[in-house]
Amino acid sequence: MEQTIGETQVLETMKESLKIFDVSPQDVRTDATFEALGLDSLDLVELSVKIEDAYDIELGGDDLEGIETVGDAVRIVLEKVAARA
Amino acid sequence: MTSRRRVAVTGIGAVTPLGVGMEESWKRLVSGTSGAGPLTRFDASGFDVKIACECAGFDPLDFMERNDARRSDRFTQFAVASALMAVEKAGWSGLPYSPEKVGVVVGSGIGGIATLEEQHRVLLERGPRKMSPFCVPLLMLNGAAGAIAMRLGATGPNHAVASACATGAHAIGEAMQAIRSGQADAVIAGGSEAAITPLALGAFSTMGALSARNDDPERASRPFDAGRDGFVMGEGAAVLVLEGWEAAEQRGAEILAELAGYGSGADAFHLTQPDPEGKGAAAAMRAALSDAGLEPSEVGYVNAHGTSTPYNDRVESGAIREVFGDPPPVSSTKSATGHLLGAAGAFEAAVCVHALRTSTLPPTINYETPDPDCPLDYVPNAARESSVDAALSNSFGFGGHNACLVARKAS
Repeated sequence: MEQTIGETQVLETMKESLKIFDVSPQDVRTDATFEALGLDSLDLVELSVKIEDAYDIELGGDDLEGIETVGDAVRIVLEKVAARA
Repeated sequence: MTSRRRVAVTGIGAVTPLGVGMEESWKRLVSGTSGAGPLTRFDASGFDVKIACECAGFDPLDFMERNDARRSDRFTQFAVASALMAVEKAGWSGLPYSPEKVGVVVGSGIGGIATLEEQHRVLLERGPRKMSPFCVPLLMLNGAAGAIAMRLGATGPNHAVASACATGAHAIGEAMQAIRSGQADAVIAGGSEAAITPLALGAFSTMGALSARNDDPERASRPFDAGRDGFVMGEGAAVLVLEGWEAAEQRGAEILAELAGYGSGADAFHLTQPDPEGKGAAAAMRAALSDAGLEPSEVGYVNAHGTSTPYNDRVESGAIREVFGDPPPVSSTKSATGHLLGAAGAFEAAVCVHALRTSTLPPTINYETPDPDCPLDYVPNAARESSVDAALSNSFGFGGHNACLVARKAS
């Protein structure tokens, strides 16, 4: 399936944000789990704050609960951005 | 003396303003080098005090992965680095004892204050939701002790201690007790401080505790000198590996020294000033000597608390004279390192171990004008060769906490 521009952009932001967790960009694929990338629940909270700042959205505890893969996170971000518009 | 277990020191690690590593720090110490300079950790232009003793050249990535460094306040980074260097010196590859018999007692005066200040700013400027989820683990005073246990896989008794400037000495003392009681076979013990931050600097400055000799930082810390005007803030950590004596011998460890005595008490006088009669300080010294089974005359060197404040140095000199009558040489290594706060007592115990091993007494540098209230032999300005069998280290903390340790030459 072709990635839309929105997805690509968000994925790039994700790769950038994940650098501080020592995650190399090539490992950041939509099917990768955050657990496999070496992030625990506290890391996820920290990541979500960065994403919130990058897109001026709010990610609550409920939002984070369902997130297992990078793809899940990208989807939530796109939803929130669309809802804000 | 009962058949109480003896406590051996088998390894030492440190990060100080004199260098990364105990060997480096000791070398600079005995060469009379000062670790002081202009304060660079933050912009101190609005402060009355613009000098400090900083651990330049310390890179946490030399000791841990980036993720661990990110999850550690600077004080924890210092402590973990020191602990790793200490166990390497002790010849540990893995744990030489059952994990549940290897404990950690590493304290700090204030813990992760840099994290606290940074996160408080986030709270005020951006709200609670933007605070780091790592705020609590980074700022908690026990963070260093926990992190060290994780690195080593040590599941034995583990906690932090806090008694301001006496913290490092208390940590070692309590570790000694754990080994003596058999609760642990080995304890990683020491203290760490990384409080060169705006809040801490402002706080110490406003109470008048700090030297304001901004134009000449290297000569600002001048314990016992008539021109002393307060201490110089330092940062760093020192960690000792303590083991039960027989156990250390049995595994073929090189024993650096014995920790033979620990005295602990309170002034119960004032939050920051020492009891002018030095009764609490003298009592702690006597308790440490008695615990070691030594007469004052058997001690060849005293590492003073010697902060370079008008009060402490005068009162401490009086108390030392009271206890010893005719005191041995006394020096304050804070003249070189500045005040390492929670790490001071641990570093100074390590200094005593090195003094015993190398028969070298470190100097009190910047000693230029004697003060009639401080009439002792302070090993002024140059290290001195002297073979001693026992050394006493004093640490007196704000709040009136007194902790003294006695180290004996390994035999």
